[in-house]
This record gives sequence, C-alpha cells and structure tokens, in this order.
Amino acid sequence: MSLTIGSLSLDSPLILGTGGARRLDDIEASVATVALRRYRPGASSLYELLARLGVTPLPNTAGAHTASEAVLLAELGREALGVPFVKLEVVIDDRSLLPDPVELVRATEQLSARGFEVLAYTNDDPATAALLERAGAVAVMPLASPIGSGLGIQNPRNLVAIVEGASVPVVVDAGIGAPSDAALALELGADAVLVASAIMRAHDPAAMAQAMALAVEAGRLARAAGRIPRQPLALASSPTEGLPNLSI
Amino acid sequence: MSRVTLNGEPREVHAADLAALASELALPERGVAIARNGEVVPRSRWHETPLHDGDAIELVTAVQGGAL
Repeated sequence: MSLTIGSLSLDSPLILGTGGARRLDDIEASVATVALRRYRPGASSLYELLARLGVTPLPNTAGAHTASEAVLLAELGREALGVPFVKLEVVIDDRSLLPDPVELVRATEQLSARGFEVLAYTNDDPATAALLERAGAVAVMPLASPIGSGLGIQNPRNLVAIVEGASVPVVVDAGIGAPSDAALALELGADAVLVASAIMRAHDPAAMAQAMALAVEAGRLARAAGRIPRQPLALASSPTEGLPNLSI
Repeated sequence: MSRVTLNGEPREVHAADLAALASELALPERGVAIARNGEVVPRSRWHETPLHDGDAIELVTAVQGGAL
C-alpha cells in the first residue's frame, strides 16, 4: 500500500514524529517530521542520519505563532532539506499548542503561492479543514486531541465530516495515545496518522512503533472491508427456524 | 572583519560573504540553511551575498521534532 501527498510518497499510513526520540535507528518509517532550529557546532546531523536510514524528512514549522514566522521556518526547511513539502504548524499559544486557524489559512495561501506543498496541521474542525484546502493545502492534518496528550480521537464525528468533505488526503496528527486510536483513525477514513509521543515515550519505542504499524494496517483493511452498521438491539446470528422443542 | 550577530550572539568574523562564512565556521556540506536579516539565502547565492557590520545571521539545521 502506498499513499501520495503532493510529491511525498509514503510506504505506510504511519508518519513518524521524531520529537523526543531517544534513538531513531531501530524505528521503521518512510517519512518522519523534523523541526528547524539553530545549528550547533559538533551536534550530530539528523539530516545525515535520516538520509542513511532512507527516511524522507518532513520539515515542520514548530515554534511559529504567526503566518510570517511559519513562512520563514518553511523557507529554512526547504533550503536545509531540499524538499518542497512542509508540515505547517502555527499555534495560538504555548500552553494549549492548539492550531491558530486564521494564521494557518494565511500561511497556507502564502506558502502555496511560493510553491510549497503544504500539509496543514489543524483543529478537528471541518470548516477550517475546508478553508485550508481552499487555500491550497495538499493535505489536512486534524488533531485527534492536544499534542502529547495521548487522549485519542476526541471528536470522531468531526473527523468523519472532515474526511467526507476533503478531496485531499487527511492525516490525523497529535493526540494518538495507543494503537487502537490509530486503527480508529483509519477506520473512520483518515488516510494516515502521524505519531510521535505515543511511540517515543513508550517503555519500548521499537515495539510500540511495530504495534502502531500493525494498527494502521488493520484500520486501513477494516475501512476497505466496510464496518457493519451500529444498531440499538441485538440481532441473532443463529437461525430462529428449526429450533427443537427444548421444553421437555 | 565584520561584526555580526550569529544565532543571537555578537561575533566578529573574517568572512566577506556567506560562502566564506560557511568555510570559516566549518558548516556541513548539506542539511543547513542560512537566513540573513530575516531572508533565507539559497546555498547557490552564498558566494555573492556579502556580509556587513550589523547583519543578523541565523544558521539553521534539522533537529528532532514533531507532534510532541
């Protein structure tokens, strides 16, 4: 199975966030997010490590609070990493780390005009997702719940509405706590998930990464297979005809 | 010699342009970007971008991050 977002090609519906990783060598992913920060002499090169592992870096704009800050970080990422795509993040404040929809739409317009392929991190709001798509986003990345919270998908109906309204890929980002959350995202129709904390802060990150990979595969298969409808009452799966007389 | 601000710290550098600055600082061949006074300068233009007193230079690279 492969998924294409702009010119970004994913072998699996699991994108890895590298934040907080103790080691990356033994974790398999085809795409991983990176942040842009000041160069420190002597620090080991994440760029070279990802290149050696064959992992495509997806630069983010973490740290941006305005569209203009996000545009500068995106330009730095494109120059440093040589890729046209960017995971756009603009947060309203550092306490909630929730996306600022107004600045996100502005930044998406500006970056799209500069030739970027924008994957826009957003709230789980179908209207904002529609505005971001209209502004040129090549993917929308609604949060499951606040970054690092591990609370899972708090608003499944909104996620379904985003999936139904979007004509670009939907990647559930932030708040995934367990493989069951990742599976549910795919079952609800998301194309991929981005997971960082749930893997990196797990007791055994490599094992959790494997569990997440299996979960997204299960969710994807279940989506294609078609879930049965929910109904309020029991529905017998054994025939009611031909039951022998049991009142003896 | 120019007095510039390098990643937020005042510093005197010998380099006359960004390419020379990259050599002076022994920057890696790839994986880094330079912004001069708030504008990203592509590596292909480093040699033709002079350094002046008072320039604010940001040297940036990829670090671990994302969905923390």
